[in-house]
Amino acid sequence: MEVARRVPGRRAVVAAVVGVLVVLLATVAGCSVTIPTDPDDTLTHVTGGTLRVGVSVNPPWTDFPDGTGSDPTGSEVALVEEFAGTLDAEVEWTAGSEEALVGQLERGDLDLVIGGLTARSPWSEKAALTYRYMAVTGADGQQELHVMAAPMGENAFLVALERFLLDQDLPR
Amino acid sequence: MTAARFGHTELPEEQQAALRRGKRLTWLSIAFLATAITLMYLVMGSSQAMKAAWAEDLLSLIPPIAFLVAVRRAKRPPTPEHPYGYHRAVGAGHLVAATALLTMGLFLVWDSASGLLKAEHPPVGLVEIGGWSLWSGWLMIAALAYSAVPPVLLGRAKLPVADTLHDRVLYADADMNKADWMTALGGIVGILGIGVGLWWADAAAALFIAGGILKDGWTNLRTAVGALMDARAETVEGDDPHPLVGDIEDSLRTWGWVRDARARVRDQGHVFHVEAFVVPVAGHAATLDELRELRERLVELDWKIDDVVVAPVEEIPPQLEPGERAQEHTDV
Repeated sequence: MEVARRVPGRRAVVAAVVGVLVVLLATVAGCSVTIPTDPDDTLTHVTGGTLRVGVSVNPPWTDFPDGTGSDPTGSEVALVEEFAGTLDAEVEWTAGSEEALVGQLERGDLDLVIGGLTARSPWSEKAALTYRYMAVTGADGQQELHVMAAPMGENAFLVALERFLLDQDLPR
Repeated sequence: MTAARFGHTELPEEQQAALRRGKRLTWLSIAFLATAITLMYLVMGSSQAMKAAWAEDLLSLIPPIAFLVAVRRAKRPPTPEHPYGYHRAVGAGHLVAATALLTMGLFLVWDSASGLLKAEHPPVGLVEIGGWSLWSGWLMIAALAYSAVPPVLLGRAKLPVADTLHDRVLYADADMNKADWMTALGGIVGILGIGVGLWWADAAAALFIAGGILKDGWTNLRTAVGALMDARAETVEGDDPHPLVGDIEDSLRTWGWVRDARARVRDQGHVFHVEAFVVPVAGHAATLDELRELRERLVELDWKIDDVVVAPVEEIPPQLEPGERAQEHTDV
């Protein structure tokens, strides 16, 4: 009896799961959605618009040689400017501490945070760290795997950024 | 070649073959799970659904290991310290496995539900393999697809073996394996959901998988506790009273000098221990030879019956009578 009762239940679950799968695939095919897609459309907003970047001072990756009111410099700053160029976007810089900037990233006030972050960053709970796009040997002889911080779950934007970074042929 | 016993019960040919097959299938399961667990761990990333599916695969290792340990233990003959033998090793292993499942199920339900409530958006980016870069969601889907099919086939192969051996741990394992593809499919839906920008799909899929683990834990805990509480002997599926109980009573009643008979059968896991109560016809005093004949006849009924006690009584103990109270009880 138990078995007889269980079988239709499972079939219903199977039908439901397959149904969801079909709907998802139809959505992908029908509306030409690219995979992955941003839940909050960050990539769409940035493309041809403004890329809001938080910069935490950490030379030589990031620096404000003429004070935080002026434009930043550094190798990561140069990378971000080039990335913005591929998206036809203007860059709007915001200076701040890592904690403050990650907070703004979480609230959706920033699209990207840089500051010589590495894969060992504790912010992985609050921000989507990119793929380690560059490996350098740090001052203590340890290998540092560099990453940038994107908003959580904005996967199309994340993938676009990662694709750009991996295309740079940096030492990895 | 000494694997052919459970306690002092020698296994017939069919059960010996089933035991060998059960062990082989179990080792196969463990080997497959090891690859699936490694693969899933490597591509897991920050997906909740992947985490839940990985945990499920990790937990799936417990029942096969419990089965292998239990059949090894149960082989030992009874000793003065363990006069009933070591059959209960199966029950103890089953209880541990069930508790682990239930705990993990509860944890994962809480974990994924809180992810859903906090509206966590799972980040899933690129991975690089040998110069190639692709969205890691595709890798997760591939790993989940890999983990979907073999357990179902293994589960289907293990079910009849569990039935032949009367082994509940193997049965529970096979039953869980059979439903394993739902975990994989649920996970795939979750990852595809992330892909099309539905952040909640991941946590929802994780919740679905965790619910499955919780259900498995609960079912197994009930069966294991029932067995350790010496509930009536049932079929390995746990749905019906075991037909042997009726056979034992029928066999006892075929003797001319037996007016009435009832058996109390304890399922030790694999084998049954039988206490048979017989009421002789009025004025008849059962001789030792008559009692021995009864016992020998019962042992011949089935390989599972080996340890038999026959007690002549003036009336059947009331708790064994299928009276109204007993009826009420089984209906609950």
